[in-house]
Amino acid sequence: MKVRHNKGGGDDKVELQMTPMIDIVFQLLVFFIMTFKIVSQEGDFNIKMPLAAPAAGAPDELQLPPMKIRLRADGGGMLAGMSLNERGIGTMEALRLEIIGVVGDDRGPGTFQEAAEVELDCDYGLRYEHVIQAITAVSGYIDDTGNVVKLVEKIKFAPPRQASGG
Amino acid sequence: MRVAKKKTSGILEGDLTPMIDMTFQLIAFFMVLINFSQAEQNEKIQLPDSQLAKPPEGPLEFPITIHLTTEGMAIIGAAEVPIAALGPFLVKEKQVLASQGKGTNEATIIVRAHKYAQTGRVQELIQKCQENDFEKFALRAKEDVGNN
Repeated sequence: MKVRHNKGGGDDKVELQMTPMIDIVFQLLVFFIMTFKIVSQEGDFNIKMPLAAPAAGAPDELQLPPMKIRLRADGGGMLAGMSLNERGIGTMEALRLEIIGVVGDDRGPGTFQEAAEVELDCDYGLRYEHVIQAITAVSGYIDDTGNVVKLVEKIKFAPPRQASGG
Repeated sequence: MRVAKKKTSGILEGDLTPMIDMTFQLIAFFMVLINFSQAEQNEKIQLPDSQLAKPPEGPLEFPITIHLTTEGMAIIGAAEVPIAALGPFLVKEKQVLASQGKGTNEATIIVRAHKYAQTGRVQELIQKCQENDFEKFALRAKEDVGNN
């Protein structure tokens, strides 16, 4: 049977009712725009600090003494000075280089890097952001290829200092 | 000269296809980026920046989030209390853990302290949690994308 195609006839066009769909679509769009919020990525620095740890029994022979980082604050809470094992350090970058020098290049189980521990001794009034900067410096760095190179993973705090102390 | 008027049906129709395409693309964009998980966040808290603050690979097993404001007030759940008054809230969390057959050593306290908060206050907060047998802490920081 010969099927006749309707050529060029514009009058028998099937029309869909678009208005309700566009209404809904715009409502959805407005909803998403109103609830949109740019949230920056967040990450954690894990620390394990049981309360009884400092006084717990005989020390583990394999456990090395922690590297002590002292962070001093000025009156406004800004970082006034820093030292690693009583030796003065100028900047966070210098601290990172010191830690790299101590930890070395070996990574993985049984290495010094795995056993190394840092103890942060901070002034009471020091701004928390400086503590995170110090933790960042000792935790690792990002190499040229964009990968994170881990340094010290065990981080703990020294007992808190008094508010007036320094 | 007489000009013959062309008769039309009376309805002018624009082509809506590009607009609908664009609108659907916008919706898809916002749908992908929408973030409903704002339970852990607080407007008062500005986290410190860190290059190494990458999101964890997996979710924490039993996270308990405590915010710390610049004034040294702790925010747990919807309550804003001094650090010294955190005890009852932590006891409640312990009870929840116990009801699930878990110990406090399995929970992680997420400390979301303001970047200008005093470190001594953060340590007091940690100490308060330690007094309630919590021992795992996660100091939260915001990813610093500016220096990468």
